[in-house]
Amino acid sequence: MSVNNKHHIGYGTYIIVWLALLAFTTITVTVAGISLGRYTLFIALTIAAIKSALVINVFMHIKFDEPIFKAFLGISGATLLVIFLLTFVDFLYR
Amino acid sequence: MSNHGDAAVHHVHRDDAGAKMGMWLFLFTEILLFGGMFLVYAVYRYQYQEQFHIAGMELNTGIGTLNTIVLLTSSLTVAMSIAALQKGNKFLSLLLLYATQIFALIFMVNKYFEWSSKISHGIFPGSPELLSKPNGQILFFGLYYVMTGLHGLHVIIGMIVIAVVIGFIHKDMITRDDYVKLENTGLYWHLVDLIWIFLFPLFYLIQ
Repeated sequence: MSVNNKHHIGYGTYIIVWLALLAFTTITVTVAGISLGRYTLFIALTIAAIKSALVINVFMHIKFDEPIFKAFLGISGATLLVIFLLTFVDFLYR
Repeated sequence: MSNHGDAAVHHVHRDDAGAKMGMWLFLFTEILLFGGMFLVYAVYRYQYQEQFHIAGMELNTGIGTLNTIVLLTSSLTVAMSIAALQKGNKFLSLLLLYATQIFALIFMVNKYFEWSSKISHGIFPGSPELLSKPNGQILFFGLYYVMTGLHGLHVIIGMIVIAVVIGFIHKDMITRDDYVKLENTGLYWHLVDLIWIFLFPLFYLIQ
């Protein structure tokens, strides 16, 4: 049968999230034009992370879905993080 | 079928949660596939900061921004298409999926113009022009072509899958009560969008 806790998201929520995504895109493009030195990459990635969180939680329904899907995403994120950390430790201290 | 209390009465072999779980497992492998490439990018960007900066300036920020907006909007139309079908509005659901296809096409057309302008300037993998540049810039453009190329391939695959889903909805094989195929297609499309959210600042917004 279909998923028990059916939480249907309305058009309005999607449109608000879309507007937020467009706003963050504008911010990231504007900020990229200003020279902020070493913070530029940090800010760009932070904004990308916020945009991802919006897409994952609302467009991909993770916020409203069963916890198992959060676990899937958490495991893949953690795996990626470990791979990144180990690679950089190896790269920086070899 | 979905709104009766006793599920044991007619047992239909259908497991929407299982289907979605399978999709998420597949997305997991996709995340690791692109993750590996982002890792290569991260290490080389760290190693060749100056060169990545110089090479990144050659990319067209305008076209990158336009494609970001196009892809974000296509994600919106897919999400709303699912909502429309849940409300039983088949016509709107289909309309939004056709809109998604148009946005995907616009994305690929932009990509075509972007790549052809680079190629006409002699910048493509293995070109004499590119090989005469320092290593960091060769790496930057190599990663640019592989990562945006693989992403573009995902957009094309997504368009094919959405076309099949459109056919299913027309034939009522995806309905208000049975729409997990549309949901999974949506998940795939959002992942394609998600990857672009990171590709965009890393390639087009280098200062």
